Formats: sequence, structure tokens, C-alpha cells
Amino acid sequence: MPTMNMIQALNSAMDVMMQRDDNVVVFGEDVGYFGGVFRVTAGLQKKYGQTRVFDTPIAEGGILGTAIGMGAYGLRPVVEVQFADYIYPAFDQLVSEAARLRYRSAGEFWAPLVVRTPCGGGIFGGQTHSQSPEGIFTHVCGLKTVMPSNPYDAKGLLIAAIEDDDPVVFFEPKRLYNGPFDGHHDRPLKAWSSHPTSDVPEGHYRIELGKASIVRPGNDVTVLCYGTMVHVCLAAAEEAGIDAEIIDLRTLLPVDVDTIEASVKRTGRCVIVHEATRTGGYGAELSAIVQEHCFWHLQAPIERVTGWDTPYPHALEWEYFPGPARVTAALKRAMEVA
Amino acid sequence: MSKKMKKPESLRLHVPEPKSRPGHSSDFGEMHLSPAGAIPRPAADAAESKLRELPYGLIRVLDDAGQACGEWAPALPTETLLKGLRAMMLTRAFDERMMRAQRQGKTSFYMKCTGEEAVAVAQAMALHPDDMLFPSYRQQGLLIARDWPILDMMCQLYSNSADRLKGRQLPVMYSVREVGFFSISGNLGTQFPQAVGWAMASAIKNDTRIAASWIGDGTTAESDFHHAMTFATVYRAPVILNVVNNQWAISSFQGIAGGESATFAARAIGYGMPGLRVDGNDFLAVYAATQWAAERARTNHGPTMIELYTYRAAPHSTSDDPNAYRPSDEAAHWPLGDPILRLKQHLIASGIWSDEQHAALQKEVEDQVKVAGREAERIGTLGSANPDPSTLFEDVFKDLPVHLRRQRDEMLGA
Ligand SMILES: Cc1ncc(C[n+]2csc(CCOP(=O)(O)OP(=O)(O)O)c2C)c(N)n1
Ligand SMILES: [Mg+2]
Repeated sequence: MPTMNMIQALNSAMDVMMQRDDNVVVFGEDVGYFGGVFRVTAGLQKKYGQTRVFDTPIAEGGILGTAIGMGAYGLRPVVEVQFADYIYPAFDQLVSEAARLRYRSAGEFWAPLVVRTPCGGGIFGGQTHSQSPEGIFTHVCGLKTVMPSNPYDAKGLLIAAIEDDDPVVFFEPKRLYNGPFDGHHDRPLKAWSSHPTSDVPEGHYRIELGKASIVRPGNDVTVLCYGTMVHVCLAAAEEAGIDAEIIDLRTLLPVDVDTIEASVKRTGRCVIVHEATRTGGYGAELSAIVQEHCFWHLQAPIERVTGWDTPYPHALEWEYFPGPARVTAALKRAMEVA
Repeated sequence: MSKKMKKPESLRLHVPEPKSRPGHSSDFGEMHLSPAGAIPRPAADAAESKLRELPYGLIRVLDDAGQACGEWAPALPTETLLKGLRAMMLTRAFDERMMRAQRQGKTSFYMKCTGEEAVAVAQAMALHPDDMLFPSYRQQGLLIARDWPILDMMCQLYSNSADRLKGRQLPVMYSVREVGFFSISGNLGTQFPQAVGWAMASAIKNDTRIAASWIGDGTTAESDFHHAMTFATVYRAPVILNVVNNQWAISSFQGIAGGESATFAARAIGYGMPGLRVDGNDFLAVYAATQWAAERARTNHGPTMIELYTYRAAPHSTSDDPNAYRPSDEAAHWPLGDPILRLKQHLIASGIWSDEQHAALQKEVEDQVKVAGREAERIGTLGSANPDPSTLFEDVFKDLPVHLRRQRDEMLGA
């Protein structure tokens, strides 16, 4: 099996889908000739031509609006918003249009589109190249929300998202593009090639949306996380010497309640971790789900580790980033309660 | 009866492509350039309906020999010309040093404006010092022309303990209220309607100050462009809306932004706003056009859009390699030359400058950058002199709310 980093795996997903279905089109800012500022669409225009892979004007609202129109025609647009921080000009088209088209037309029209967008910090990108706005989209009825944490999942989830008949917002943690990152920014960079999930099949395979993955089975405490934080949580559990069960949610909406419930009922403890800001964030939803489904099994208060409720700072990036030390402390707190 | 049925034509999608890509020779062949001095200069209070040819011309003052020609040639004292030359040269030297500093790992990111220095410098000089500026990230020349200390700019680039923005912003996202330089956003185009709003406020308050804003060719596609143009015309706001057409938006040529069949300046016509199209590498033409638009705004004749026709000679940013999408020698083929060399040529042709003086000035600005650079590095480069972590929570709101106070305490381990 070929070894792929996350960029190559995502590229392969689009390649496979463009090959299988000529209704799949790819567009966005700089995605055509250049292949995207993170090179995720590299080579696709050359292979599939300019009318299936093309550059767009810098207008996220225009990208989403036209994607909806193409979706209504019968195409399957896979569009890129260059950074999740720049998705807001497209907000109206996503929230008022893509998300509700099926409902308001009673199933007459729908928009089977995928919005791919790099998210998260850890690259000294400052406040406009670091955000994790996934919680804003999970709050919108009618949008599916996905965030992979490794190359294998990224490809399978992106294929499932492209094949899905509903709009999917697909967040790509940019800090993971070239290697797994456990939050230890002072240590040498790791490449994906030494990670088992970099074995990515060349052809078509799907990872069903709405299914979480238990990346580390354990008995003491359940950790709910996704994206970059999966790697941070794995490192933290190791360092804390705690037998944590780490669940990579992969799809945030629809979320895999069954897997969460079974785990928390067994461990009786739960730590929720995301890079996004805290208040009104997706962690609050997870916390509510856990108490709704597992209240009588909980042995300790649910812990949340998140980014602070401030814009993402430039110089103080690592003070902001919820790294292994903060996760370790939360795991210990969760374990302390007898 | 056999009427030949015409088969309906299949539709085709048009996707604009630049004339040349890497591996091909650079081609600006079909570029239509008005000769220097060819465009008449209307009165600054002329009716918009009389100005509709301007967006399809190109206002140029300096000819190939460095002579100032035609009605747009501004009568500027030598002192102003030399100040402009110096500010452009300082901007370029500053860019060179800070690009190198990024490569040396002293900061995370940098963006040069090489080839576009006349835009910010001449425009800042043609405006009043208290007019309000709403720039994009490529107008560092505005600060330099307003004599803002480059040491302060460097501290922002290094996010060090002397950074007025407390290390929060990506390098180049300056904010300097003291010289009327609005906080730069990373989100493209947002400043355009904000400048209009500032100008409307100035009119509401019967003030005398006007506003100016800058966006790139690529950014004209954002809806904020339309919002700005609409509000500015509706309320006849005293604002100058500049579109810096440097031919590229990262890897997309200006045709992707809609510049293939009409000029950017021509968009103004549809709004009922005057649109000027100016040789952006011609210091005198940029100065004159800005002065015209400023006079119009100051006398309650409303907004003007200016397209500054120029070329982004440098990579988009330190994260970019333009050789991947345009011929590597394209900058050398840009037919409108280099703004610094063209002003230098004019000054020499006018008998007020020499190669020797130019070389001495070059050394002077490089030394100035070197001295400031050393001082900035002494204070600290990125990561070596971080602002106090507790400042992370300041300025989200005017007063620190309880949830942020708790988060701050948690971070500090209190
Ligand atoms: C809303 C938004 N979308 C996308 C980006 C990413 N981006 C940053 S600069 C840039 C190109 C801008 O080109 P142009 O407006 O021509 O300005 P130039 O860089 O040429 O000065 C893009 C796409 C952004 N910063 N903001
Ligand atoms: Mg541009």
C-alpha cells in the first residue's frame, strides 16, 4: 500500500472520485493550475481539465453560491475555502441556503456539496490562519461536519462526504497535513510515513460519516476529541500514565452517540478536548450528550480542555494551544475524584 | 417542406488563462498603454457622466525618457519629489531586510510590496496627514511616507515585547492610530466598506478629513467591494477607493478576478462613480490622480475609484513561490518599469539628481534599516521576547469579563 501524508490522501480521495464520477468538480481560490496553497488539489487540473478543476475569484460567498447552483443541476462540487478563517463571507450561502434547500423545497432540490477548509493553529498563522470554527457549523441544522485526524481517515471520510447527498463542511487540521502533531512543538517534527495510518489504499474506500473511532482502548476515563487534539490526547494519556479510552469522533454531525455512551458508561469519567474556543463550543454539546446519556454512570465531573476564549494570538501561540500539559492535568483531575 | 433544423449549440465553460505560464516566455504583448500625457485632465468637479472614458485609458505622466508630460503632470517642489524617492527606497530596503529576517527564522511571515512602492508612497503624500487610511497588507509604504519609525514596524514583525500590538497579529498586520493607519485585517476586503463608513461619519460631523482604502485586484471579487462602491456612491462619501491591480492574486492572474474583458476602473461606471486608471509605477501619475480624487472628495463631489495598474514583482508572501505559476522572468518584462528607477530617471532628466546622489541615498536608507534592524533584534525576535502571557486575555473586551478572568487565572496556574 502506498504511504501518504494527509495532503496526498485528500488529493487521492478527489482523484478517485473524479475518476469514478464525472459530476464531481473541484474549485476554489488557487486550486487549479497551482494546486492549492497547501497543494491538496495538485495535479487534478492537469488530469481532469479546466472545466472540472478551476480557480475562482476571491469570493467565498460566490464559491458557495455557485456550488449550490451546480449541486442543484446535478453536479457534486468539492470546493475549497482557503482557510476556515475565510469561510465567513460564505456564511449566508451555507447557513440559509445549502443547509435548508432540501427542507424548504420538501426534497425537490438539494446541494450535494463538500466544502473543504484547513483549520486549526500551530503554524504561527495568527488570528486569521488558525481558527477552528466547527462549532458554528454543528449548530446549523442541515450541515454535516467532519474533521479527520490522519491520512487513512481523511481519504475515506472525504470520499464518503463527496458521495453524500447533503452538504458537508470538511475541516482539515492544517497542522496535521505533513505529520502527526502531539502538541510538543519543541520536539522534532514527525512525518506521517512512520505512522500506521499513512498506509492508504490507492483506490476507493469509504469511512461512513457519523462513526467515531476508538484510537486507544482504555478503562479509566473516556476522552472525546477530534482533529489535531487526537494526537495531543494520545501523548497526554501516555505521559500521565492513565489508561484512557480515546475516541476520535471524526464526524461531529451526525455524532456517534452510541460509541460515546458505551465508553463513558464503562469508564464513568469523561474529558472533552478541542482546540476551538470554549464558550458555546462543540465541547459543550458533547458534555450535554454525556450527561443526558450517562449521568448515573459518571463518577467525576466532565472536564473540558479547549482554546481560550480569545482570538488566536501570534507570539503566544503555545500559551493558547491546549497542549499535552493541560490535557494531562484534566485527565488527572478526572481521575482524582474517587 | 424541409426546413433545415439547426442543431442547438453545446454550451462551453470559459475559464480564463493567463498569456504565459512557467516554461513559456513572458507576454504582455497586447497590453494597451496610453502614451504619457495622452489623457486629458478634467476639472475635479466635473460631472461623472463626462468622465466615463477615463476607466479605459491609462493616466501616465512620465514618458520613456523621464519627462513629465501632459495635463496630469503635477507641479511638485523638488523637496516633495525627493521625499517620495527616499520613502520608496526606504520601503524597498526595509522589505529586503525583513524578507531576509524571515528566511533566517527571526519571524514567521513577511510580505513585500516590491514594484508597487509608488502606490502607497505617492498616495500617502498626495493626501493630508490627517486623512484616514484603510490599507491592505501591501501598503507598508503608507507608514513609511508618514514618517512612522521603521523600528516600531520591525517590533510588530518580531512580535516582541515592544510590539504595540502585544504580539497578537501576524507580521505586517500593522495598526497605527497615531498616523491614521487603520488596523489591518487578514480577511480580504473588509476595510473597503469600513473606509466608506469612516468617510460618511466625517461628512455627518461636517469634518474636513477624507478617507482612503486599498484592496488588490483579486479582492475586488469579494462582496465587500460591492458594498463599498454602493454605499460610497449613494451617500457621496468623501472617500478614495483604490484597487491595486498588480496582475496577480497569489497564483491567480487578474483575469480570474474579472479583469479579462473590462478594466477594474470601469466597474465604477456602473455605480455612477468616477473611475481613474493610472500607471501605478509612475510616481507623478499616482500622485496627480490621488490629488484629483482628494480634491473632489474634499469639495463634496463624492468618491472616486482608482485602479493602480502595477505589477507584483515579489512573491505573494514568504509562503509563496511564484515560479510555480508564472514565468520566472515575468517581472523583467513588465512594460511599465520600476517606480523607483522611473522617478530617479525623471529627477536626473530634470537636472536635480545624479547617479552619485542616488547611490549615496541608497546607502543611507540601507544603513537606516540596518540600525533599526539591530535595535529591533536587540529587543527581541519572534519567541525570544514574548509579551507577558497574561496580556493574551486583554482587549477581547474593554473590561475583562469573569469567564476570561477565570481562564487567565487557570493559564497562569493561579
Ligand atoms: C476573505 C479571504 N479570502 C481569502 C484569503 C486568502 N488570501 C490572502 S491574500 C490573497 C490574494 C489577494 O490578492 P489581491 O487582492 O490581488 O492582493 P495582492 O496580494 O495581489 O496585493 C488571498 C486569496 C483572505 N486573506 N481572505
Ligand atoms: Mg493582486
